[in-house]
Amino acid sequence: MISRRVILKRGGFALVSLGFAPSFLARTAMAATPGRARRLIAIFQRGAVDGLSVVVPYGEADYYRVRPTIAVPRPAGGDQAALDLDGFFGLHPRLSPLKPFWDRHDLAIVHACGSPAATRSHFDAQDYMESGTPGVKRTADGWLNRYLQVRATERVAAGPAAAVQAVALSAQLPRLLQGRAPALAVRDLGQFGVRGPAAGGFESEYAQAADRVLNGVGRDAFDAMKTLRLADPRHYRPENGVRYPRSPFGRALQQIAQLCKAEVGLEIAFAEIGGWDTHVNQGTTQGSLATRLTDFGQSLAALVTDLGERMTDTVVLTMSEFGRAVAENGNRGTDHGHGNAMLLIGGGVKGGRVYGRWPGLAAHQRYDGRDLAITTDFRDVFAEVVVKHLGLRSAAAVFPGYAVDPTRFPGLF
Amino acid sequence: MTSRTTAAWTAAIVLSSAPGAGLAIPPGQVWPVSTRQAEAAAGRQDRRTVLHVLNRVTFGPRGRDVDAVDRIGLAAYIERQLHPERIADPGLDQRLTGLPTLEMTPGDIVRRFARPLFDARRAGAGPRSSQDGDGPRPVGPALVRAAALPVDELSQQKVLRAIYSERQLEAVLTDFWFNHFNVDARKGLDRFFLNEYERAAIRPHVLGRFRDLLGATAKSPAMLFYLDNWLSTDPNGPHGSAGRGRLSSREARRRRFVDRRSSDGRLDRGAGVTPQKRGLNENYARELMELHTLGVDGGYTQADITEVARAFTGWTIDRPRQGGAAFHFDPRRHDPGDKVVLGHPIPGGARNGARDGEAVLDLLARHPATARAIAGKLARRFVSDEPPLALIDRLAARFRETDGDLREVMRTLLSSSEFLSPDVMRVKTKTPLEFVVSAIRAVDGEVTDARPLVRQISDLGMPLYQCQPPTGYGDTADAWANAGALVARINVAQTIARGGARSGLRRAASLDRNAIGPLSESTAGIVGRATTEWQRVALTLGAPEFQKR
Repeated sequence: MISRRVILKRGGFALVSLGFAPSFLARTAMAATPGRARRLIAIFQRGAVDGLSVVVPYGEADYYRVRPTIAVPRPAGGDQAALDLDGFFGLHPRLSPLKPFWDRHDLAIVHACGSPAATRSHFDAQDYMESGTPGVKRTADGWLNRYLQVRATERVAAGPAAAVQAVALSAQLPRLLQGRAPALAVRDLGQFGVRGPAAGGFESEYAQAADRVLNGVGRDAFDAMKTLRLADPRHYRPENGVRYPRSPFGRALQQIAQLCKAEVGLEIAFAEIGGWDTHVNQGTTQGSLATRLTDFGQSLAALVTDLGERMTDTVVLTMSEFGRAVAENGNRGTDHGHGNAMLLIGGGVKGGRVYGRWPGLAAHQRYDGRDLAITTDFRDVFAEVVVKHLGLRSAAAVFPGYAVDPTRFPGLF
Repeated sequence: MTSRTTAAWTAAIVLSSAPGAGLAIPPGQVWPVSTRQAEAAAGRQDRRTVLHVLNRVTFGPRGRDVDAVDRIGLAAYIERQLHPERIADPGLDQRLTGLPTLEMTPGDIVRRFARPLFDARRAGAGPRSSQDGDGPRPVGPALVRAAALPVDELSQQKVLRAIYSERQLEAVLTDFWFNHFNVDARKGLDRFFLNEYERAAIRPHVLGRFRDLLGATAKSPAMLFYLDNWLSTDPNGPHGSAGRGRLSSREARRRRFVDRRSSDGRLDRGAGVTPQKRGLNENYARELMELHTLGVDGGYTQADITEVARAFTGWTIDRPRQGGAAFHFDPRRHDPGDKVVLGHPIPGGARNGARDGEAVLDLLARHPATARAIAGKLARRFVSDEPPLALIDRLAARFRETDGDLREVMRTLLSSSEFLSPDVMRVKTKTPLEFVVSAIRAVDGEVTDARPLVRQISDLGMPLYQCQPPTGYGDTADAWANAGALVARINVAQTIARGGARSGLRRAASLDRNAIGPLSESTAGIVGRATTEWQRVALTLGAPEFQKR
């Protein structure tokens, strides 16, 4: 099916006149063969989402004691209370679109997870989460790019990577994907490309460039354009009756789904969503946080539902630089904290479970007396995804300076 | 477009068909303007060399630069650029007059652009509890925009200076050294500190002594804040965590509620409450040795890092959020004990504890590993991604024998045979800044609004003053040659060629053929076949050849 689709689309390209074989088609065909790489869709919630509202420890009396105005109520049926997950934790009701995935054991949660670095700076903590080297600022590349670098060395026999093996649906390439391995930042699939009467001229210039690097990069660039055109962004129809929210995040996830379905060799996709820095009037089941979570939950659910069967080889992983303080502040909001919750959906993840040791919320159990303590280093989650899902032999080179130890993996797969 | 113009264009293109070597120009080539070529070809000063030198010493040749070099000769041109203080720059000054924050001190900027924002956040947020945090409060967009103005203006300045300054080498070196001592504007208060940082700590020293440059950065609020040294405190002193027993019980109680971090400086509590600084912070000490001086293989140990960090305790910023915002040595935070750095003892108990840090800077600035690291980095920027070791040796030697006189090091570099070798012509890949600026210079563009250019550079992956890691932006091809960026470059080439509001240029561009180096036969053919002038310009600026310098 897939390869037929590619070949049908091929007729649409006027490549013959250029006199060279479209290398992307060969790559695409390779990417479509069985045993292809699995896929990771990484989502960054920038601004530090309040994990204690996302995955509510409603079994903790302290939670309600220190959050008199912003706690999410204990499960009581209805949509103004937490949705029970396991008798202790509950999901924020605005994330109800994700609840069916939990019930089907496709959604796993790692709570009290985060960075061992003590920083409560958004800037530094995002840096560490993306470089994968907490405490070390000078790391030049992101951990997902290092994954791609290592993967490339394991791939030599299998041939080159696809022109669009890694795509960020964002204006700038996130630090997570910066580095030597090719990765593409695309704000909007429909906008990506060279337009105008000179486009063919540029393609010829690079096809004939004597400089080997530019020649290769040029080929990658024009391959990527054609590949992305294959995804046909203007005429996309989601499957399974899905409607994506008309938010930037919803649009980004829809375009990721398009790329996945176009079978163009996409392995790593990235999207981000901001607005989580809820210092003031955070709200509970309604309010500013709830509004952001509605977009977040509906968009994620649309993506997973739209991808359908394809989710068997795809994992969606969410992350945010740190959690928020256990107690609410004087403005009915929360300040910068420490531990947080990560979500993983699909790809053989053993869902329906909250992973990680729960440290408790009593004052003496908190980090610095104020924040959710961390019991799972985020690198153990990332490393397990890299090894168990993406199939790298070892994650050691992906997390330099960290003794990656499979016995510390949360056991998600 | 008449066929006559097209033919003239085609004739003006240098034909090079040497396979696998974009620059090996075979005999029989055609140069755009060849009147002076015969005479020039007698010496080193052939057109290729002139363009090469302009590609490295400036942000890209303009047609009139080529003429100027023809007139005064290459050696005189380079010597002139080595003395920017002797070059009048009225054209640039004129263009910068509309950017008032460029001349302001951090104190001015904090008082005018930051305080109103902080005050509004406090006023708008109602009473604050002791658990209050450090995040932004919802405030009016006008105040938020105002707070962004200093970096906006600084970025416009950078682009305008790169395009129009007659002191091109100074502008190139300011870019180089800012990147070497990188500070990211997005880290908390740093966006208010960078205008002074570039103006006072970097630019005046780029052709001066390395030790002065190093010292100016070490004492700048920008660097003190970016690498957290302003928080670094002797843990055993009265302000340290271990000294808490000496605090009054009231003070101790207060401290329990103070946010431990706050290195992004967002903390904004009531008067008199300062961010917690209760321990040693090694961040600056590490990067000082690894990135600013010795280099990663410079032979220092973790113990050296700790000793250097101890020496710099007390180097802090005076009331950064209240408008003091200047270097301040706080003896109460300083660790007065003995230190040993790289085997050299720094005796403790100095009457002026700030001397400890100065002694470390002296030691590092004169260390042979530093000479080598700086020599290698300059050679990488000006010569090639993998510069010849013999050249690095000579530059390092020159650095040492002149006590780090950067003008002398640059003079040695720019007159070296390695720098002038045909082997290194057009081997460097332009950064996004270099690409955009060199394109504007090649078309002699009249910029009416620098902001679209700042945005273009950002879209190409190099947001100005926003490089997150202290390493700065990469300076080799692998950092910039990727598919997404290439598509963006081609589109920027088309935007510049069309001119108009989106480009920030007054009119559609026309190419100064004198400023463009040789094009390959295939590129020349493709350009020659284009049917309109703007397409010819776009196909030239977006061509593989123009991505290199």
